[in-house]
Amino acid sequence: MGEAIVVTSGKGGVGKTTTSANIGTALALLGKKVCMVDTDIGLRNLDVVMGLENRIIYDLIDVAEGRCRLNQALVKDKRFEELYMLPAAQTKDKNAVTPEQVKDMILELKKEFEYVIIDCPAGIEQGFRNAIAGADRAIVVTTPENAAVRDADRVIGLLEQSQVPARLVINRIRVNMVKSGEMLDIDEICQVLAIDLLGIVPDDEKVIRSANAGEPTVMDPSSRAAIAYRNISRRMLGDMVPLMQLEEKAGVMKRFRKFLGIG
Amino acid sequence: MKESYRERGGTSVTEKQHITIKGVKEGLIFLLDDNCEFSILLDELQYKLEKSHQQLLTGPIVHVQVKLGSRHVTEEDKERIRATIRQQGNLLVQSVESEAIAPEKPEDGNNIKVLTGIVRSGQTMEHDGNLLLMGDVNPGGTVLCTGDIYVLGALRGLAHAGCEGRKEAVIAASLLRPTQLRIDDVISRPPDEWMTGDALMEFAFLSEGVMKIDKLTQLQRIRRLPIVFRA
Repeated sequence: MGEAIVVTSGKGGVGKTTTSANIGTALALLGKKVCMVDTDIGLRNLDVVMGLENRIIYDLIDVAEGRCRLNQALVKDKRFEELYMLPAAQTKDKNAVTPEQVKDMILELKKEFEYVIIDCPAGIEQGFRNAIAGADRAIVVTTPENAAVRDADRVIGLLEQSQVPARLVINRIRVNMVKSGEMLDIDEICQVLAIDLLGIVPDDEKVIRSANAGEPTVMDPSSRAAIAYRNISRRMLGDMVPLMQLEEKAGVMKRFRKFLGIG
Repeated sequence: MKESYRERGGTSVTEKQHITIKGVKEGLIFLLDDNCEFSILLDELQYKLEKSHQQLLTGPIVHVQVKLGSRHVTEEDKERIRATIRQQGNLLVQSVESEAIAPEKPEDGNNIKVLTGIVRSGQTMEHDGNLLLMGDVNPGGTVLCTGDIYVLGALRGLAHAGCEGRKEAVIAASLLRPTQLRIDDVISRPPDEWMTGDALMEFAFLSEGVMKIDKLTQLQRIRRLPIVFRA
């Protein structure tokens, strides 16, 4: 039985889809059997970021309404052995599916895959409830901005109510701005949100470039963001060994400091 | 207590043993049991007035004293008792007394509810009385309290102490960085109205209707009953 992890944030535009795509790809790179599920019905993006848009035949709604079997709707990523994606529908809206239906699908996927990465839509309404319905764990993505942290806090509260344990990814950190005090620093964010930090991702132009090209950033090892996402996915695997996680975290910080030239 | 009243005789004619009606020179004394449910009391009172004691209780105007024993009652509950007795027309409620000492306690800061957790954005914690929160209040989170609010953690959200009208209420926090503070009906918005340096171990209080902030060590000065150590 695999594990379902929902990637959520509350606020839009902080990098949920990018994070989902990169974590999913990074786990596949590490040889895991991964399925990514896009629950952003009506505004699907994950297929675009993954470059799989033109291979979609059936979608999540088709499965929910019984027009096809679940594995007929799965789109295989040819670049990897075991990376699949369940796309969202672009025509309907969030109310076209119920949390129970999504939960059943995730359960079925968990039988087949080691990791099911669920890309959650922005907001805390029906789409959010659908996305977290089948999740065992959550990754909350935020950026070092007050508005994003506020929304992340709200979402963490809702996840706690649903008893989904969450870990934090701070995305789009601009090292220079943090250094000069213009941006919230990592400690400040962690203090407010009071959940475990899974990783930090520096702001990187390559992320936008590769998203447009339909190639997840993780595949380009020269990108700093790619290294950050690879570290995050390794930490996710290392979850059974908590000590390793701490070491890894320190490792990232060290590398960060080295990059800044202060360590 | 109830037993001793009964031994003294009185005109106890109760069936369910929750309400004892006693005749004294000034009028009637209603002795209400202090162990049973309050709703049972009300029902029985209603029953006695309308059914079983109808004859006894009609006639000229009679003064009534209600004694609640050591039951804790709110003003609302007292008013319900008054209203029930008043229905009878000729009964005039002089007093509704409770010997309970506890209702005074919250105001001394002796009765504190301890809660652990983080009040996150969009969440509201409400409490009747004084509250000690072990954890943070994040921006967008709200703590509503009829008494004092003490936060053993960072207060970054909204705190409203004495929300049903208590000007003496205070808000104290290990880290006082609220988005807004309210005591009684006074609202203050830091940092427009006040801003302190490190915000560590501070409390907010009302002084002549204006919100003031001071170090927690000064709290004893505005409290009427600080502890005096005999050494």
